[in-house]
Amino acid sequence: MINYKNIMETIRMIEKEKLDIRTITMGISLLDCCDSDGEKSRIKIYDKITKSAENLVKIGDEIETEYGIPIINKRISVTPIALVAQSSRDLNFVAYAKILDKAADTVGVNFIGGFSALVQKGCTKGDQALIAAIPEALAATEKVCASINVGCTKSGINMDAVRDLGMIIKKTAELTKDRDSIGCAKLVVFSNAVEDNPFMAGAFHGVGEAECIINVGISGPGVVKSALENMKGQPFDVVAETIKKTAFKITRVGQLVAQEASKRLQVPFGIVDLSLAPTPAIGDSVGRILEEMGLESCGCHGTTAALALLNDAVKKGGIMASSHVGGLSGAFIPVSEDEGMIHAVNIGSLSLDKLEAMTAVCSVGIDMVAVPGDTPAATLSAIIADEAAIGVINNKTTGVRIIPVHGKSLGDTVEFGGLLGHAPIMAVSKFSSDDFISRGGRIPAPVHSFKN
Amino acid sequence: MKAFITVIGKDKIGIIHGVTAVLKNYQVNVLDITQTLLQEYFTMIMLVDLAAMTIDFKELKETLEAAGQDLDMSIRIQHEDIFHSMHTI
Repeated sequence: MINYKNIMETIRMIEKEKLDIRTITMGISLLDCCDSDGEKSRIKIYDKITKSAENLVKIGDEIETEYGIPIINKRISVTPIALVAQSSRDLNFVAYAKILDKAADTVGVNFIGGFSALVQKGCTKGDQALIAAIPEALAATEKVCASINVGCTKSGINMDAVRDLGMIIKKTAELTKDRDSIGCAKLVVFSNAVEDNPFMAGAFHGVGEAECIINVGISGPGVVKSALENMKGQPFDVVAETIKKTAFKITRVGQLVAQEASKRLQVPFGIVDLSLAPTPAIGDSVGRILEEMGLESCGCHGTTAALALLNDAVKKGGIMASSHVGGLSGAFIPVSEDEGMIHAVNIGSLSLDKLEAMTAVCSVGIDMVAVPGDTPAATLSAIIADEAAIGVINNKTTGVRIIPVHGKSLGDTVEFGGLLGHAPIMAVSKFSSDDFISRGGRIPAPVHSFKN
Repeated sequence: MKAFITVIGKDKIGIIHGVTAVLKNYQVNVLDITQTLLQEYFTMIMLVDLAAMTIDFKELKETLEAAGQDLDMSIRIQHEDIFHSMHTI
């Protein structure tokens, strides 16, 4: 029989350290749902999603019961809708968002991602229609998530799209002002977006993916923190080794759940995304892991180095534990969803500038940051441009999910609820980026040699 | 299918009986038992075979949890693979 210590360790991870499977996400291709008649296209979309994901929630619940590991979310990602909807004669794509929302309701998932467009080099007519529809689509739906890829290492940054998205974010905030501008929490602006990410709000089913796949996102910041609590004062070699071993164990559970879900749903297994995804709950924070390494408060000098070590060690530990690792894999730093980071902002140790530096080494980017409602659109665009530049130059995925909360200013706090958490409003630069953003055009792709 | 049942709580008379009575009712075979007592804290781990089980897994789990409440102990049942996958390569 497997030894007593190992069994108790697994149970402790689940019960006390909040180890869970954050999401089972079914990726569904909608490329065969195009039609010149928008109404017909949407019927095909609804039918395909509800048929493919018919048993997703039921099977997820069964696995949770049998293995005794919480599976927090069951979700769906679909082909970027701009690719599907632009075959239609429709000029307004909001109806596509509504049909996705309806399909998500029918199958019982809590989010559906893929109201998306990939515009890193330029926009088609359909891409423009989709971007224009985002504010209304996110205001009119509950479960639909949108994402736009504006840059990539091979093609540079589409600054026209960056400029437009600053305005789109402002409009989304305005249309959902009665709910603290929550629409913006469902919109990510990426560079180097990945096609198999199971996490929201940035999940979509890439065009290089199969017909239907199962991707699993794991979690477990609490487990890593707890493992480091026994390593006080030890050198970083020991810290890195401890994180690797812990990430390995966590990822093994993700692999097991992914294989089991794939078998029971008769859908091929895609990837395990071994991200440390925090929640607002005490003991489930990435910020607190960094502090456990010896920082007084997340955001002080040393934070970037600590996060770099964490992100890398998580990947190294997880890669051997799964047959296919993908998605974003690493450590997320969503401010409003991380108890330690919320605290760090409140006591003045974590600023937007430091967060930006951290995004050069974390797994994604500026995430779930609330800023004053009167932040100019050009400033939001400039924040996106900075993040895209970090991603494009460093050959990594970056994203911006920023919420200019209508009517709120510095000193206020905003409550999004649930896993989205709550956030203090963070300061942005008071100096203007207007002329910079209004130039438009493209920032060319970087040279891949002469790296320094 | 095999599963591990873990029983954790303050030691008292009748814990093993309370759990095995449920298992007997539903034709669940006990393959191995290990238990430890640390001060007043009792931990028992049972490996069980569910091949001949006459109830579905979810109901067995709920019945064991209810028995746990009667005994004031925490009782869990989990598929053995979660432990194997985490601790063996």
